[in-house]
Amino acid sequence: MPAFGSFALLVALALSGYNLLAGAVALRQLATGGRGVIAPERLAETARRAGIASFFAVACAAFALVWAAFTNDFSVAYITEHSNRALPAAYKFAALWSGQEGSLLLWAFLLAAYGFVLRLRHKVDVKLFAYASTILAGVQVFFLLLVNVAATPFSLVTGAIPPDGNGLNPLLQYPEMVIHPPMLYLGYVGFSVPFAFALGALMMRYPGEKWIHVTRRWTMVTWLFLTVGIFLGMHWAYEVLGWGGYWGWDPVENASLMPWLTGTAFLHSVMMQEKRGMMKSWNVWLIFSTFMLSILGTLLTRSGLVSSVHAFAQSSIGTWFWVFLVIVFAVCTFVYILNRDHLRTEHKLESLVSRESSFAFNNLVLLAACFTVLWGTLFPVLSEYVQGNRVTVSAPFYNRVAVPIGVFLLLLTGIGPLLAWRSTSMRSIRRNFVVPGIVALVVAMAIIPLGVHPWTIFTTDHEGAFYAWMTFSLAGFVTTAIFAEFFHGARVIQQKSHQNLFASVVQLTRRNTRRYGGYIVHFGVVLILIGISGQAFNQSVERTMSYKQSFELGPYRVECLDYSQDSNPNYDTEFALLNVYRNGHLVTKLAPELRFYAASQQPSTIVANHSTLAWDLYVIYAGKDPSTGQPVIKAFLNPLVAWIWIGVLVTIFGTLIALLPNLSAAIAAQRHRTPAAEEAEAVPAGRGGD
Amino acid sequence: MRRISPFTLLPLLVILVVFTMGAANTAGRYNDLGHKIMCTCGCNEILLECNHMGCSASSRMTAELRLAVDRGDSDKAVLTAFQDEYGPTALAAPWLTRFNIVAWVVPPLLLILGLIGTFLLVKKWRLRVASMPEVADDPASRDLRERIRRDTEI
Repeated sequence: MPAFGSFALLVALALSGYNLLAGAVALRQLATGGRGVIAPERLAETARRAGIASFFAVACAAFALVWAAFTNDFSVAYITEHSNRALPAAYKFAALWSGQEGSLLLWAFLLAAYGFVLRLRHKVDVKLFAYASTILAGVQVFFLLLVNVAATPFSLVTGAIPPDGNGLNPLLQYPEMVIHPPMLYLGYVGFSVPFAFALGALMMRYPGEKWIHVTRRWTMVTWLFLTVGIFLGMHWAYEVLGWGGYWGWDPVENASLMPWLTGTAFLHSVMMQEKRGMMKSWNVWLIFSTFMLSILGTLLTRSGLVSSVHAFAQSSIGTWFWVFLVIVFAVCTFVYILNRDHLRTEHKLESLVSRESSFAFNNLVLLAACFTVLWGTLFPVLSEYVQGNRVTVSAPFYNRVAVPIGVFLLLLTGIGPLLAWRSTSMRSIRRNFVVPGIVALVVAMAIIPLGVHPWTIFTTDHEGAFYAWMTFSLAGFVTTAIFAEFFHGARVIQQKSHQNLFASVVQLTRRNTRRYGGYIVHFGVVLILIGISGQAFNQSVERTMSYKQSFELGPYRVECLDYSQDSNPNYDTEFALLNVYRNGHLVTKLAPELRFYAASQQPSTIVANHSTLAWDLYVIYAGKDPSTGQPVIKAFLNPLVAWIWIGVLVTIFGTLIALLPNLSAAIAAQRHRTPAAEEAEAVPAGRGGD
Repeated sequence: MRRISPFTLLPLLVILVVFTMGAANTAGRYNDLGHKIMCTCGCNEILLECNHMGCSASSRMTAELRLAVDRGDSDKAVLTAFQDEYGPTALAAPWLTRFNIVAWVVPPLLLILGLIGTFLLVKKWRLRVASMPEVADDPASRDLRERIRRDTEI
C-alpha cells in the first residue's frame, strides 16, 4: 500500500503539472490567436481532463494512507508516529491529518476535490473556468511537490518494523477532532477557488462582474467552512484543553482568524462591485490577500517561525512556503499592474451617510482587525530582529487593542443595514435609528444593576466590564435594527397577502435570501459577541477535596461524592464524582477525569461541564495532591458561554439561507395572487439591500 | 451660608462609590497578575491557564507570585521581578518601553489614519459629485433613474 500511495502521488503531480502547462499554453494561444500542433481548444480540454484525473490520483493516495492506518501498517513511519493498534477506528481516520505529512496530503486532496468540482462545472463559462482551472493547477503542483519531495507521508521506517505505534496525541482523541481539521482545511483550501477566479478574470480582462456571481457561492461556502472550523476548534479547546477558555490568541488560532477576517471583508465589499461597479481593485486585492493569508497561516503552523501550543514539529518546510508566497505575490502584483486599467471604478461614493460608505468603513475595520492579529503574531519575530530579544504578545495585548476594534465593528454591523444605497436622508436616519438607539440606551442602563459596571475601566486595570457593557448595549441596537428590518418587510407582505406574520417573514426571507440570510448571520455574530463578553465576569476556584467536602462557586455548591481510578487498553484514568447543588437541590453530577494514554505516555484532562444559558460550571480534575492523595479540583463559572455556540448555529443557518436561490417574484405573485409590482414594495423605501 | 442640595452631593457620592468599588483584593490581584505572566516551561500558556501535567515551571512561578502578592509588592514590582528572573518572554504582553511601544501604537494608529483617509476620500468624491450639473427632470431621465434605483436595490 505505501508503494501504491507514493505512486498515486507521483501520478497526481504529473497530471497537475500537465494541467498547468497545457492549460497555460492553450490560454496563451487563445489570447494571442496563435496555433500549435494541437488546436488550443483541444489542448485546454486535455488540461481540464488531466485536472479531473489528478483528483482521483490524490484520492487514491489519501485512501492508501487511511488504509495503512486501519490495517496497522507500521512499516509506514507516519502511521507508526500517529496511530497504534488500540486506537478507536474514528481516530485512525483522523490520523490522516494529525501530523505534518498527512495534513499536507489532506490539503492536496481537498484542493484536488475543489478543482474536480470546478472542472466539472466548466460549461458555466468555459474560458473563465479554463483560467481558474489552470491557476488552481499551479497551486496543486505546489502542494503535490511538497508531499512528493519535502514531507512524504509514505516514508518507510528504517530498521525493524515496530509491533505497535506511538499512538495519536491524546488531545486529538476527541470526537470534534475528527471534523474540526477537515472543516478548517476546507475553509483554507476553499479560498483558492475565488482566488483562482479573481486572478483568472483579471488576466483575461473579464468583462463585467459575472465572475463575482460565479464565485459568490464558492466564497460563501468556503467562508462557512472556515467559520465552522474555527468554532469547532474553539469548542474543542474549551472542552478538551481544560484551561477554562476557548480562545488563547495562539499564533495558530490567529492564523485561522486572519483569512476569515479578510474573507468577511470580501463578502461585504464584493456587493459594492456587483451593485455599483465600485471597489474593484480593492476586491481583487482582498481575495488575493485572503488566499495569501491562508498560505501564511499554514506556514506559521509548520515552519516553527512563531511559538505555538499546537504547531507541528519544526521543519525546513517553511522555506517552501516562503518561496510559494513570494511567487504568488509576484504573480498577483504583475497581473494587477498589467491590467489595473480594467479595474477602473464606475461610480464614486456620493455621501458619507450611505450603504457604500458603511461598507467602506466596515472593510477598513475588518482589515484593521486582521492587521492587528497579524502584527501581534509577528511582533515577537520583529522584536527579536530589532531588539535582539523576543517578547511575548498574548491575550493582554489583543484584549487592549483588538477588542475595541471588534466593538467598533459591532457598531457598524448595526448602522450599515439601516442606511440606503447612494445617500440616506436625515428623515430616514431619524426613522431608522430612533428605536434601536432607545433600546441600546435602555439595555445600557438595565445591565448596570446586574453587575456590569463600565466605570471599572477607570478604577481598575480591567477593561473587560466596560467592553462587555458596550457590547451588550450595541447588541441591543443591532438586534433591534435587524428585527425592525424583518418586521417592516413582513408587515408589507402581510398587508398584501393576509398571511400571518411568521409566514410573511418566511416569504420575505425567501424573496431575498442573500439580504435576510445576511441579517440572520449578523444576529448570530451578535449572539457570539454576547457570549464572548461574558468572559469579563469569569470566576474560578481550586480546591483539594476529600469525601463530602464541598466549595461554593457563584450559585452552585460542589460536593465530592467519590474519587477513584480505572483503566482500559487505550488509557488509565483517575476521576472524581461530584454532586452539584443549587439552592439546596441537586442539579447535576459531574465526573471530571484525568487520562493517561498508554501508547503515547501522555496525560489528558476530560472536562466535566454543566452548561446553562446563564453560565457554565466547568470542572477539571487537576491531579492528586501529593501529600494527601486527594483529588485537586479546579472549577470555573463562565457566564454566557452557551450563547457563543448558539450564535454559531444561527450564523450557519443564516449562511445556508443566503446560499439558497431567491423565490422568484413571479412564483411568489402567483402563489399569493399579488401583483408582481408589489414585490418591490416589500422593501420599505430608504432601506437598501444586503 | 447656602445649604448644599442633596442633588449636588449625589454625583460626589457616585464618584466616591465608583472609585472605591473597584479596589482590588489579594485574590483579585493574584488572578490579574497571573494572567499577565506566561508559563516559562515552553507550553506558551498564560501562567494561570497552564494546567498540563508535569509542568516544570508553573507551580514554582505561581508560588512566587502568591508570595509577592501576599507581601504587598506593587504590580510593577512583581512583573519586573518576573521579567528579571525569567526574561522578557515571561510577560504576556510587552511593556510600553523603547521599541515595544511600536507594538501598541501601530494598529490603532493605522486604524485612525485609515478612518481619516476614508473620510477625506468620501468627502472629496462627494464634493466632485456636488459640483456636477443638475440632472434634467424629463420623463426619460426619470425612467432611467428609476431603473438604476431598482437595479441597485439588492
